Parts: sequence; structure tokens; C-alpha cells
Amino acid sequence: MTNIIQTEKLTKYYGGVCGIKDLTLSVKEGDFFGFIGPNGAGKSTTIRTLLGLIAPSAGKAEIFGKDICTHRTEILADIGYLPSETAYYSGMRVKDLLTFSARMRGIDCEAEARALCERLMLDPSRKIRELSFGNRKKVGIVCALQHRPRLCVLDEPTSGLDPLMQREFYEILTERNRVGMTVFLSSHVLSEIARYCRHAAVVRAGELLVSDSVEKLGHTGVKRVTLRGFSGEIGLSGAKDITKETDTVRFLYSGRAQELMQALSAMPFDDVTVTDPDLEEVFLHYYTQEEA
Amino acid sequence: MSVFFHELRQGWRSLLIWTCAISFMLGVCVLIYPEMSSQMGEISTMFADMGAFTQAFGMDQLNFGEFMGYFAIECGNTLGLGGALFAAILGASALAKEEKEHTAEFLLTHPISRTRIVFEKLAAVFAQIVFLNLVVAAVCTAAILLIGETPKASAIALLFLAYLLLELEIAAIAFALSAFMRGGAMGAGIGMALGLYFLNIVANLTEEAKFLKYITPFAYTDGAKIVSDLVIPPSYLAVGMGIAAVAVLTAFLHYRKKDIA
Repeated sequence: MTNIIQTEKLTKYYGGVCGIKDLTLSVKEGDFFGFIGPNGAGKSTTIRTLLGLIAPSAGKAEIFGKDICTHRTEILADIGYLPSETAYYSGMRVKDLLTFSARMRGIDCEAEARALCERLMLDPSRKIRELSFGNRKKVGIVCALQHRPRLCVLDEPTSGLDPLMQREFYEILTERNRVGMTVFLSSHVLSEIARYCRHAAVVRAGELLVSDSVEKLGHTGVKRVTLRGFSGEIGLSGAKDITKETDTVRFLYSGRAQELMQALSAMPFDDVTVTDPDLEEVFLHYYTQEEA
Repeated sequence: MSVFFHELRQGWRSLLIWTCAISFMLGVCVLIYPEMSSQMGEISTMFADMGAFTQAFGMDQLNFGEFMGYFAIECGNTLGLGGALFAAILGASALAKEEKEHTAEFLLTHPISRTRIVFEKLAAVFAQIVFLNLVVAAVCTAAILLIGETPKASAIALLFLAYLLLELEIAAIAFALSAFMRGGAMGAGIGMALGLYFLNIVANLTEEAKFLKYITPFAYTDGAKIVSDLVIPPSYLAVGMGIAAVAVLTAFLHYRKKDIA
């Protein structure tokens, strides 16, 4: 499968401040790709650079095999974008904004827009200034999807949506993904990434830490260890994120399994569980690993 | 031309208010002329005796007692200043408002080149200015016909043309400011228009400051010159149009590469 997004040492500086640095990333066509990182990690800078809102300071990026700097307009014709903070012309009605968006694309999306509004329970006759944050988000979703794009770029898409709407939104995305639309989703809600994405990348301070399948990201060699009936100190070099609750101690262990077993055999405890950590813990693992 | 029509839809209320206000003021000025003309002898003497003030507003070269003199001065104050402020506000907000109101992200992620967006926005600014001037000219013509005056049509037409060009130049400079600014550029635009107006007053007051006439577009809307010579001062006009062209080009070149916040 071909790469739909390909960046090579993509770098963006805001004056002297680094937004992203040497970011090399690839996303395959048809993928459901998660882009993970806390606030200020460089997720939005990456997205804004890919969409041509800001120019890269160095490196290059291609979408659909076309350079983002020289083929911006052609690329945008096949992209649907949902920004993290949706702001529109407040005096307009929803239907007028959707028509304006469709006209700028030179296509008629009326039927698709109507269907999406119905699914998301959005009244197209309402004025945008009268809408809540969540409903404005729905307008953004319809704008991003009404022209049936080949690639959908979503920046923190579910903030402001109630759980029912979040489910409906992901259902729509999954349906579209099934018929070929690539989804590039930036989020710090790790449960969303774990549930819907096939591949994911983790960024920190503008640099890519890891990019792999969500399944493989969960198998980092790190184990979540839970000891019940134990309240002493964990004197183990590979132990991190140690939490204590009355007679239970939990920690993440990254090291040799043999050393873990030897250490455990010397500890008095009632019960032990050793599991793969969830994505949230993996995320913490990458962050603490880099900080160390 | 979707951005062009979108801009017109967004700005029609403001356009209507400005058009009605300027047309009303200028129309009333024309309609009250017959009543004022009976007292014009005293008014003309009074205006002619105000020294530097008379010079500053060009009233030393125009006969306020005649309709054309009266109209040129009233037109200068109402359409000149009012139109300049409207043009400045319109031009200054054209591009900067998208970033100020955070709608730039929506607009610029559609498959339209930035060059085209700048072109359509500039076309919308110019179209609104032309519309305002056409309505004002029509209202003035109707008012002139109503009071039964028969001024030289070419002089009136040249006055309106000069003010239209002045507004287009101010809009072009404000548009360039708008391309550079992220927040509200409206204050800068209004300040620029008022600054150029006062530069013309200063240039009228003293010979040493006459060079300022090459900077301010108000210099080529000098009613006295247009009414007496039936020509828009060509040297000032040429420099003004040059400034407008450079401003527009700067806006295009800068906005094409601008990082959108």
C-alpha cells in the first residue's frame, strides 16, 4: 500500500522556538492513524504544516505523493480537515456555511451534508452564533466529510461532543475508512486511539518518539506488575511509575524478566499479576523513558 | 468567485449604512444650497477672512458663493473623509479579520490558492467602494436636479472620479496593512486615513510642506484645481496610483507565504 502522508525531517521553528524537529513519518493509504502527544508536543504544528497553513523551516512532506509546498491546492481538494477549535463566520447559518464550503470546492455536497446533519442531529437552519461548542464541532465534522475526502485530518475531534455523538462520529469515520478514506487523527484521549486506530505515532517536544501499529506499541517489553499483600519498598532498577495503595503496590517494569523474577522471589506478597500495560501506560513509558 | 460573493454577503449591512449615511449628508448639503445661497455673500466673506484655516481647506481658491465652489468643499469634507474612512475600514479588515476571528483556518484549508483568495477579497473591497460612490453620485445628481442647478457635468464627474480613486488608493494601502497584521488592523487603517487627511491640510498651509502632496491622496482631490482646470492633478495622481499598485503587490506577495496563526 502506498504512503498517503510522507514527511522527511520536517522541521518548523517559530522564531527561535522549535515547533517540530526532524519529523519523519509515514501513513499508508486506507489507514486509521493516531497521532499522540500532550499539549505543546507538536501535533497541531505538524497538521498545520501538512495543510499549508504554515511553511516548514526545513525538511519536506508529501501528501498523495505531491509536495505540500508546491501542490497545496490540489492536495487540499482531497482532504477534509477538522480543527481542534472550530471557528466560523458567526452571522451565517449552518446550511450557508456548508454551501460556501462546497462552492469553494466546486462541488455539490447537498445530499451528503443533509445525511451527515441528520446523523449528527445538527439543525442546518440554525445560526452559527447560536450554537454550543459541541454543535459547532458537528458543523466542523460535516464540513470535513461532506465532500467525501480521500484523507481526513482530525485535530482533537471529540472535544465538546457528548458520548453518544462521539460514538456516532466514530461510526461514520469507521464506515468511511472501510470504503477507503484514510484517517489521520490527533488526540490525547488514548482510549480513542487504542479503540479505533490501527497505527499510531507518539510525539514529544516536537520530535517523533515512535511510530508503529497500535498492537505493537502495546508490546514494548514493559510490564505492569501488581503485588497484593505487600507494602514495602520496590528495590528494582527497572521499576517506574510506582503507586502504593494500602497493601497493594503497582509499577511498570522495563528490564530483564529474570531479574524481575529474582527480585519478586525475595519479596513477601500474597498475589502477583504481570500484564501488558494499556496504551496510556505505554504513553507514560515513552515519556518517562525520554525524560530519564 | 465564491470568496468574492461571500465577502459581499458578509459586508452588505456595513456597506448599506455607510452608503446611506454619506448619501444622506451630501444630498442634504445640496438640497439646503438654495436657502444658503441667499446668505452666501456674508459666508464667503467670513470664510475668506479665516487666514490659514481658509488656505488649509482650499477655500482661498474656490468661491463658496457659487454652487460649484460650495459643492467641491462639501464634497471634499463629506465624501472625501467619509469615503476614506469607509475604504480604510474595509481594506484593513479584509484579510486580518480572518485571523482575528480564527476563520482563516477554515478558509485556507479549502482548495483555493492564497493568490486567488487575496484577489477575490480585494475585488470585493473595490466593488463595495465603487457601489458606494455610484449611489452617492446618483443621489447627488438627483438632488442637484431637484434644486434646479446646472453645474458643469464634467467638473462634477471629475470630482466624483477623484474621490473614487482616493478611496481605492486608501483601501489598497489598508489592504496591504491587513496582509501583515494578525489582530485587528482597523485601528491602523483608520489612523492611516486620518493621517493622510491631516497631511494634506499641513501641505496646504505652508510651501515647505508641499512635498507632502505627493504622499497624501487627498492632494489630487483638490476641488479648486479640478473645478478650475477640469483635470485631476496628474503628478499627484500618478504617484498615488503607483503607491496603490505597490501596496496591492506587497499584499499579494506577503500573504502567499504568511504563516497563519
